[in-house]
Amino acid sequence: MVRRKLVLIVLSLVMLSLGLTGCGQEKPTLYVYNWGDYMDEDVLKEFEKEFNMKVVYDTFSTNEDMYVKIKSGGSTYDVIFPSDYMLTRMLNEGMLEEIDLEKIPNHKHLDPRLMGTVYDPENRYSLPYMWGTLGILYNTTMVDEEIDSWDALWDPKYSKEILMLDSQRDSIGAALLRLGYSLNTLDLEELAEAGESLREQKPLVLAYVLDEGKDKMVAGEAALALTWSGEAMYGISENEDLAYVIPKEGTNIWFDVMAVPKGSKNLEGAMQFMDFLNRPEIALRNTEYIGYATPHLAARAMLPEEVQNDRQAYPLDEDLEHAEFFVHLGETLRDYDRIWTEVKAH
Amino acid sequence: MKRSSLFPYLIWMILFIVVPMFLVLYYAFTIPTEAGSTWSLENFARFFEPVYLKVLGRSLRLALISTGICLLLGYPAAMVMAGNAFSRKNVLLLLFVVPMWMNFLLRTYAWLTLLERNGAINVLLTSLNLPRLQILYTNSAVVLGMVYNFLPFMVLPIYSVLSKIDKGVVEAAGDLGANPFRVFTKVVLPLSLPGVVSGVTMVFMPALTTFVISRLLGGGQFTLIGNLIEQQFLVVDNWGFGSAISVVMIVLILLSMAIMSFFEGEEKDVALW
Repeated sequence: MVRRKLVLIVLSLVMLSLGLTGCGQEKPTLYVYNWGDYMDEDVLKEFEKEFNMKVVYDTFSTNEDMYVKIKSGGSTYDVIFPSDYMLTRMLNEGMLEEIDLEKIPNHKHLDPRLMGTVYDPENRYSLPYMWGTLGILYNTTMVDEEIDSWDALWDPKYSKEILMLDSQRDSIGAALLRLGYSLNTLDLEELAEAGESLREQKPLVLAYVLDEGKDKMVAGEAALALTWSGEAMYGISENEDLAYVIPKEGTNIWFDVMAVPKGSKNLEGAMQFMDFLNRPEIALRNTEYIGYATPHLAARAMLPEEVQNDRQAYPLDEDLEHAEFFVHLGETLRDYDRIWTEVKAH
Repeated sequence: MKRSSLFPYLIWMILFIVVPMFLVLYYAFTIPTEAGSTWSLENFARFFEPVYLKVLGRSLRLALISTGICLLLGYPAAMVMAGNAFSRKNVLLLLFVVPMWMNFLLRTYAWLTLLERNGAINVLLTSLNLPRLQILYTNSAVVLGMVYNFLPFMVLPIYSVLSKIDKGVVEAAGDLGANPFRVFTKVVLPLSLPGVVSGVTMVFMPALTTFVISRLLGGGQFTLIGNLIEQQFLVVDNWGFGSAISVVMIVLILLSMAIMSFFEGEEKDVALW
């Protein structure tokens, strides 16, 4: 995955330099800033042709990298793809331009469950791009029972075969859900309880990982992993012994959005591009390329039967009964950090 | 050199060293308030809570162990390279330097796949009917990663100082009746101390502040001071606390350098760094 990212970075540099040499014509340029490997890049070429526009495509690997680059103001992009919590932060800091839904008629295809969320209640700034859940990826050859609860990650049977995420909100979130609390809790006693249970769990944990976690699962290095559904789908496509489950106690719904940063010089093009990405056949190609779940209902309906009805990738409403979005925690984030440091320093 | 020719360097140093240092100090000694920010020692007070002191203690311990191992491995290697007995010293030198040309992250990722349960080393061991090696995601793996990555920083300064020692001095000691052991302890070792001091500093500092090695090879289970700083800036958005930890680190490193230069004695002019 890292190699793929490297290749992409090199490619995007090459594309950038090609783009620079091609100056001189009057073609408007659209600057797009997306996650590495998070779009079928042939789609960009079609957009260029149809709208007679030039697309400069750069990629980033974390929300924070993207944030810093936009915040520092050194570069102007027209379309960016932040995650939910980063959307809140950028909105709070007034970093986003309003979008015009009338110019994006294709937004009507988007799943109403993912429209008008707490992050952007009227979709004045953003539209969902990909979404998913937080759950357990497990290896069916190493786990005999049916996994349906967060308790599995605390089961001494799997000592040293459990991977947790080195991400405070997600790991503390799983602990909170297991205890029956909200993963956005501001109650310090509940947090302390979650911290205590993570400390108890630590001897069972093989490692706290990020990107490398799915590769470890594919290689059969661990039996269970706390992971995001998108990563899980990638893992399953590489190793069919793997399975993903949304635990019954609840989950987190995450999503990445498309938005326009302040300072965009091609607002019109940005709207055209966002509408283009929401054309059913284009959205279909992107979700097939990335392997993540699309919020685009028409694109989903065109996916192969077994994919669009895959309850793990596209959970039913009843699976999401206890699902929550992450809410920006403000000052309490520091208490989460303290709890997490205590777990990790234990 | 004329004063005016120093000017570009001065500008560079002010812009990229002095100004950032003051920014770090500013963030460390202030806390944000609704009106902006106010002077406070709160960030430092927080650092001295037990949980953070524990992290500091672990970082110091692992850095000291790694530095010690690097010294034990590096000094003999530097001696071999500087000595006359080995004719291909350039090849050996190259072998130490070449890995440094490769990306640090890639080298660490390589260990990750070598050490894992079904990784190359364990496949080899089990095919020889030997027990599996289970050190990935332990302190040992972190120390291994540090030693592997930082060993050249120990070898090169020691080598550079050793190879500059006048052979006549060593021969004279032998002629005057000192046995090889005495020649080493009384002549070579004291003359090479500046190299050792540079090497120890060059290894100890990055080992103390690394966050990639502990995250990848330690499986994120062993928060080191570097991880703590990274987390404050990237995840928690608490630049004040992150800066305060950095300031504590700077003070610690200055202290250790002061202690080092005390041992260094008067041979400063030979030092490489």
